[in-house]
Amino acid sequence: MPDNNSLREIASQVRRDIIRMVNGAKSGHPGGSLGCADLLTALYFEIMDHDPENFDMDAANQDVFILSNGHISPVFYSVLARNGYFPVKELATFRKLHSRLQGHPATMEKLPGVRVASGSLGQGLSFSIGVARAKTLNEDDKKVFCLMGDGELQEGQVWEALMHIGSKKVDNIIGIVDYNGKQIDGPTDEVMPLGNLKLKFEAFGWTVLEMNGNDMDDVVATLRHAKTLSGNEEPIMILMTTEMGMGVDFMMGTHKWHGAAPNDEQRDNALSQLEETLGDY
Amino acid sequence: MKEVENREIRQMKEYKIIDKRDTRSGFGEALYELGQSNPNVVALCADLTGSLKMNAFADNFPERFFQMGIAEANMIGTAAGLTIGGYIPFTGTFANFSTARVYDQIRQEVAYSEKNVKICASHAGITLGEDGATHQTLEDIGLMKMLPGMTVINPCDFNQTKQATKAIADHIGPVYLRFGRPVVPNFITDDQEFEIGKALKLIDGKDVSIFATGHLVWEALEAAKILNRKGISAEVVNIHTIKPLDEKAVLESARKTGCIVTAEEHSLNGGLGDSVAQLMARNFPVPQEYVAVMDSFGQSGTPAELMKQYGLDAGHIVASAEKAIGRKV
Repeated sequence: MPDNNSLREIASQVRRDIIRMVNGAKSGHPGGSLGCADLLTALYFEIMDHDPENFDMDAANQDVFILSNGHISPVFYSVLARNGYFPVKELATFRKLHSRLQGHPATMEKLPGVRVASGSLGQGLSFSIGVARAKTLNEDDKKVFCLMGDGELQEGQVWEALMHIGSKKVDNIIGIVDYNGKQIDGPTDEVMPLGNLKLKFEAFGWTVLEMNGNDMDDVVATLRHAKTLSGNEEPIMILMTTEMGMGVDFMMGTHKWHGAAPNDEQRDNALSQLEETLGDY
Repeated sequence: MKEVENREIRQMKEYKIIDKRDTRSGFGEALYELGQSNPNVVALCADLTGSLKMNAFADNFPERFFQMGIAEANMIGTAAGLTIGGYIPFTGTFANFSTARVYDQIRQEVAYSEKNVKICASHAGITLGEDGATHQTLEDIGLMKMLPGMTVINPCDFNQTKQATKAIADHIGPVYLRFGRPVVPNFITDDQEFEIGKALKLIDGKDVSIFATGHLVWEALEAAKILNRKGISAEVVNIHTIKPLDEKAVLESARKTGCIVTAEEHSLNGGLGDSVAQLMARNFPVPQEYVAVMDSFGQSGTPAELMKQYGLDAGHIVASAEKAIGRKV
């Protein structure tokens, strides 16, 4: 198992992949992808029990990750490839015609690692309920991790799922909210304030943990703690504070890089800030 | 109208009413039997367990039944997720809440994600009755058939609904199964073979093809009797699977008779009639008349009153058949 320094090195490469993919496609969502690079690296390289070389849809006796905010597909694809689900060089096909790496994750092209399409927001947590229920029926004690954006919580369906999971005690789900406070049109506090999320989740029957999603030590420790806590009747929700655009100075502190691609000059500037640790694709 | 040559009253196959039952009970019985025979079948319901006749399954297989509350979007997503691990989820709610209310959820997580989910919808069409137009969906066949990979089935009576429910459990891929609320004639024998995508020819004829689905199939049989007394030989074909359409059967019948009536408890936009018209336009254009709801919402009333009000009965099928025959060149 990699130590946290190795995880940080992987995350740096993942961030380079994100920049290069979005630049190569001239479109995509770098901001949230960069913000969640540490989380996905920790999940796939350290926390989850899973089998990258032998992907199968059913995930028997494996932890499952569901990406509900599908627009951060660049970080998802990079981590899957770097983890061995599919060849790293395939990252170059992101958003291109006939690619398995669709703009938003999809299953139709049979990309290993993807179990459901996402992109239209608010649906991943509901899907996670089904995966979790199937695991219980199968006497499979592995967990279901579901990542959502904070802006995504404005979708009503999320609250249907939150109510279901909390009231019916679906306790093999670990939800994670990317709490970066930004969405396409601006800060969430201006677009549609989310209020006190911790209290809201608790009122819905969840145990809430908080972590700094850009501090690898905190990410690994909190995810481990969540895994230990889960299975005790209360589902776990992690409020993960992140910085949109983390790792690239000019992409941080603004919502402008939510869904905009860097040009070649901006790409080079960004890459100069991110160490190449595993070799670019 | 153009005279039909050599009019004669023929000996026509008769369909007897075995009993009168609601199609939703056929679904409920089959679901319970599937629960016994297939341990992978699970069921989800959005607070309409009694209306969908899912009680027997819920009572006997509580660990495989999920009460989802009034949260249909969450139900569709949960159903899709249950396929991860090999389960075959059957969702149950009214047709309107099974389709229009959750269209994007079905589109993204079921159809586009190719999940083996069976969306089972009761109270379809106008025969939901007194509750009125908020609950009477007349667009659901159209909505569902537009989704790539979606199979769309509208059985005609209790026995066929039971047969269809069992058949879709063995079919791999998303299915929309549509049935209704009222008690109607049950006339398909319980030993009738049901094959998804295979039309069932009920009556042979040579002057006009009546392609009917759902509750309109019985009306089509009644219409064929009336037409027979007028010396018109109508062929009645039960199209229980609207998608994939049995193109061979439709073309074969239409080539023989030279004109078509489609009959369905659905809007004329997007239903069986449109599927047939599209097929014919591309292969063998012939006169076609629609027995369907003419681009309007429904209203409150008894099922019988509404079927008459919106022209969904044997009388209207007869008139449409005569009109179609009259349009033959």
